[in-house]
Amino acid sequence: MTIGPSAYLLLSAILFGVGVVGVVTRRNVLIILMSVEVMLNGVNVAFVAAGSYLGDAAGGVFAFMVITVAAAEAAVGLALLIALFRLKETVDITELSILKW
Amino acid sequence: MEAFLFILFGAIAVGASIMVVTRKHPLASALHLILAMAAVAALFVLRDAHFLAAVQMIVYAGAVVVLFVFVIMLINVPEDRLPVERITLFRFAAVIAAGFLVVEGALVAGRFGMPGGHVAGGGTLEAVGRALFTDYLLAFEITSVLLLAAVIGAITLAKKKI
Repeated sequence: MTIGPSAYLLLSAILFGVGVVGVVTRRNVLIILMSVEVMLNGVNVAFVAAGSYLGDAAGGVFAFMVITVAAAEAAVGLALLIALFRLKETVDITELSILKW
Repeated sequence: MEAFLFILFGAIAVGASIMVVTRKHPLASALHLILAMAAVAALFVLRDAHFLAAVQMIVYAGAVVVLFVFVIMLINVPEDRLPVERITLFRFAAVIAAGFLVVEGALVAGRFGMPGGHVAGGGTLEAVGRALFTDYLLAFEITSVLLLAAVIGAITLAKKKI
């Protein structure tokens, strides 16, 4: 039994779905940020599998870019979180709505 | 053998990801995130993308998760002040919607026409490096600008007085 590209894409969809569930259901900002990382991971699986099965290096390059953007996103997101925590003393997303009007 | 390893590491990745989104304390989530990253890195190795597996471990499990753990320790929310998760109709609907998203992804994945055999040299270090510094050189350079912007943004945001 060999593993085809469909299996990797299915795994990618499952990881992305798990991340989506985390983002829309949790109230802890830290866990929401981690769920975003899970979603990006799922996308990376699809990129690497597609690049590998098609024999194209672009898949690897895109996965590399996604990892870079994820690192930048985590740094800025956590800095925002620290600034907000200093202001409101909470990590509850429902209380962090000062930009909402 | 590849099928067995794929199922093993795929199951670990999915299980650890589910643990990431369901744990109450963010520190437990962060540690499960490391496990999920490691399992995904193992899947990259299965696809001959050794370089990306190494980057995945160094950047994700090494740098990003350590950053998360650092911030969790820094703000140190007491156990009884963590947000209480309630099952509301909206959240239930959101989970169902995410389930439909996965089903749709599975349907697309099922009919995806890619050659099933093993094509050499897709994600190897040589292929990725060659593509990165020829066809995608501009994108690579712009990435460095993005990282610079992220560093400046992070420092500015985390400073006490802006």
